[in-house]
Amino acid sequence: MSLEQKELEYWVATIPVIGPAKIRSLLNYFENENNIYNAKIDELLQVEGINQKIADYIINTKKEEKIKKGYKELINKKVTLITINDKQYPEKLRNIHKNPYGLFYRGNLPREDKVSIAIVGARNCSNYGKEMAYWFGRALSEAGIQIISGMAIGVDGYAHKGAINGKTNTFAVLGNGIDICYPRENFDLYMKIQQNGGIISEYGPGVPGRAFQFPMRNRIISGLSDGVLVVEAREKSGSLITADLALEQGKEVFAIPGRIEDKLSEGCLNLIKQGGEVVSKPEDILENFHINSIKEWNKLKKNNIFLDSAEKIVYASLSLVPKHVDDIIADTNLLISQVLSILLKMELDGFIKQTAPGYYVQSFCELMKS
Amino acid sequence: MFYHSYCGAVVGIDAHVIHVEVDVCDGLPMFSLVGLLSSETREAKDRVRISMRNSGYKIPVKHITVNLSPADIRKEGTSFDLSIAMALLAAFGYVPQDCLEKTIFIGELSLDGSVKGVNGVLPIVCMAKEKNFEYCIVSCENAEEAAIVQGIQIIKVSNLKEVVEYFSGTLVLKPYKSIACEDKNSQREELDFSEVSGQETMKRALEIAVSGMHNVLMIGPPGAGKTMLAQRIPTIMPELTFEESLEISKIYSIAGLLDENESIITRRPFRNLHHSITSTSLIGGGYMAKPGEISMADGGVLFLDELPEFNRNTIEMLRQPLEEHKITISRLHGSYTYPAKFMLIAAMNPCKCGYYPDRNRCRCSENQIQNYLSKISMPILDRIDLCAEAKEMKYNDLVTERKGESSYNIRERVKKARKIQLERYSMEGIRYNGELSAKQVERYCYLGEAEKKIMEEVFEKMELTARSYHRILKVARTIADLDEKDNITSAHIMEALCFRGLDKKYWGDGICR
Repeated sequence: MSLEQKELEYWVATIPVIGPAKIRSLLNYFENENNIYNAKIDELLQVEGINQKIADYIINTKKEEKIKKGYKELINKKVTLITINDKQYPEKLRNIHKNPYGLFYRGNLPREDKVSIAIVGARNCSNYGKEMAYWFGRALSEAGIQIISGMAIGVDGYAHKGAINGKTNTFAVLGNGIDICYPRENFDLYMKIQQNGGIISEYGPGVPGRAFQFPMRNRIISGLSDGVLVVEAREKSGSLITADLALEQGKEVFAIPGRIEDKLSEGCLNLIKQGGEVVSKPEDILENFHINSIKEWNKLKKNNIFLDSAEKIVYASLSLVPKHVDDIIADTNLLISQVLSILLKMELDGFIKQTAPGYYVQSFCELMKS
Repeated sequence: MFYHSYCGAVVGIDAHVIHVEVDVCDGLPMFSLVGLLSSETREAKDRVRISMRNSGYKIPVKHITVNLSPADIRKEGTSFDLSIAMALLAAFGYVPQDCLEKTIFIGELSLDGSVKGVNGVLPIVCMAKEKNFEYCIVSCENAEEAAIVQGIQIIKVSNLKEVVEYFSGTLVLKPYKSIACEDKNSQREELDFSEVSGQETMKRALEIAVSGMHNVLMIGPPGAGKTMLAQRIPTIMPELTFEESLEISKIYSIAGLLDENESIITRRPFRNLHHSITSTSLIGGGYMAKPGEISMADGGVLFLDELPEFNRNTIEMLRQPLEEHKITISRLHGSYTYPAKFMLIAAMNPCKCGYYPDRNRCRCSENQIQNYLSKISMPILDRIDLCAEAKEMKYNDLVTERKGESSYNIRERVKKARKIQLERYSMEGIRYNGELSAKQVERYCYLGEAEKKIMEEVFEKMELTARSYHRILKVARTIADLDEKDNITSAHIMEALCFRGLDKKYWGDGICR
């Protein structure tokens, strides 16, 4: 009984202590996986960066039955593994620094012939961030762009959500094992993305999410995409790591501007100062990639014109920034009971929504109810 | 030889007549006290004996038995001292027995013979009046409190000797008349709603809540004025009637919170609880059962600031009192029922730091916010009809020229709305909309076709539950009453919906599902 090529690759990709750099040096030295597997400990020690401890570890993981069983389970879980040996390995990733040796995925991989944009941003985003993430996700997806993000809470999640409602596939790159849904709240999204695109991770089944893995996966997010759009980011934010990596990899960086006083926009504004491209509508990104605009879908958000005058006054006093009922009453000079019933009616009709009890915003694009 | 006098024992907020019987006969000299006594009551033996001797009355060397009847009611406290002493004095011939027939004695004796005040005088005096007693002998401390009750003569005494002299006719004591309480009260500073600037929706929510006796949850950042508003809720409630006032005063009397300056509670109570409160002090009880905070808030407001910080088990205790408007505490020595017709006002921050949804300041994650909210018990939330949000105060709101409405104006509207409800429910055994049962909601919160259609749409879109549906109808009914309309219109429903209870689903919409 001997291991097949795929099983060997599975073995290499799941050895916990060696990252992409060490795998690269091992492959350079031994030429293929089989040789690594058959190597004695002395030979392993010859390789740059491999010390006694790591070598012992590698030897310990060489359990044929366990590897065979593990690979079989992988197939049963409908997870595919591709490595740098495969033709399907994304070309875009081959050129980045420390590119992952293997990628586990469920669903599909992004198509190389389509433009991919990464949408990243803060987890604790504001309502503005949510709306923008959803809008850009949806609009770009409608225009045939693949949306790549990290399936986190906040901006990431809303970008995926928008993209799922669009026409094109969306892809989530995880910072933990492929079979783990983290954060748990996004389970629904985890399932939906598999049907409308794919879940990708360089970590094999069962690998828990550890803090250092999340910045690592950002290089894959930026690597897989042709441009990175930062929606909302604080001054020190993980999203900016993705943007930096994108710049290193020679990708476009787009930023959605916010207001100067908003802490959640500081990161974006800094990016713009440093030469990031300002984006105020999805078409700005499309032009960059010479894609026709998406007028057809944009029409959707403009047919909200069946409001009477009092309703118009209330609607006009709202924006994307949550506004308290008291302020609405003060600004409109209408009676409390009148304002309250108007707010409820418009909420039911989908023109506005409540972000927190008592705080209202205009519904920017189609409701995020779905 | 058999002599007797009368006294009272407090059970719950009512009192029973206690018959003090004394038998003095020849035999081995001893002094025994019987009749289901607690230890502090049993100690009366020594207090009475010595205070009598120090007042100059000799106790003959006889076999003395004192019985407090009925013997199946447990006697607690020290209010029996005076009546025991009087029965003994009658037995020894210092006062005629006839004088004691129509008199009730309340007071503790000190070793030097002086009479001291006790808790729970008011319920006993009320009972004495009902049982047609003519005189009530109380200590100086308790005189003001006892004098609230009309139709019984209150005799104020400072020591045992005075009592004896009064009954033997050598000392004339005039019945004590209460100093008009209103004068004292009006001197105190009045709170008023107009002092709170801004917070218009919150004020509106409170007005509705008070009109229909709905419970309210106030959500808002720190310093928005939630506590300030809550403190002013009693000022927009209708003034207390004498019966209500008496009921509340009785509770305060038992708890020992009445004094000479405030002998009767004339304003609605406002009880602001700290979140470290234990279930016993909230509900009542203890070794010697005492009314808890919910009874002290009877007729007024029970304010729970920082609701999520309260011990969950403690808060769960509120469930039955909120429905039944009374609390029965069962203990080894008996069960006590106290009224608890309070209005529950709870306040909380929207998240741990308090500033959500201001994302510039609040860095709580959606998860943390959810966790914070999930600390509140759902069964309690289900009993809260209205939920309103206080907004953070900006400088402009504070210095605004626009002055808020005064408590007086709001109170007048509340009174009108309450009157409508009292008339409507006169046959139902309830008083206000907040007390409507599900079945009564169907009967009294009748909706027209158009309104039904709105509710149907809302029910689907907002995923209401049956309970929240009823809550909204109840609140809509109150809004209609405030509007002095017989039928609930769609505008009333819409407004009620804006104050719908805290439904976790609507919080933040944040977690991406």
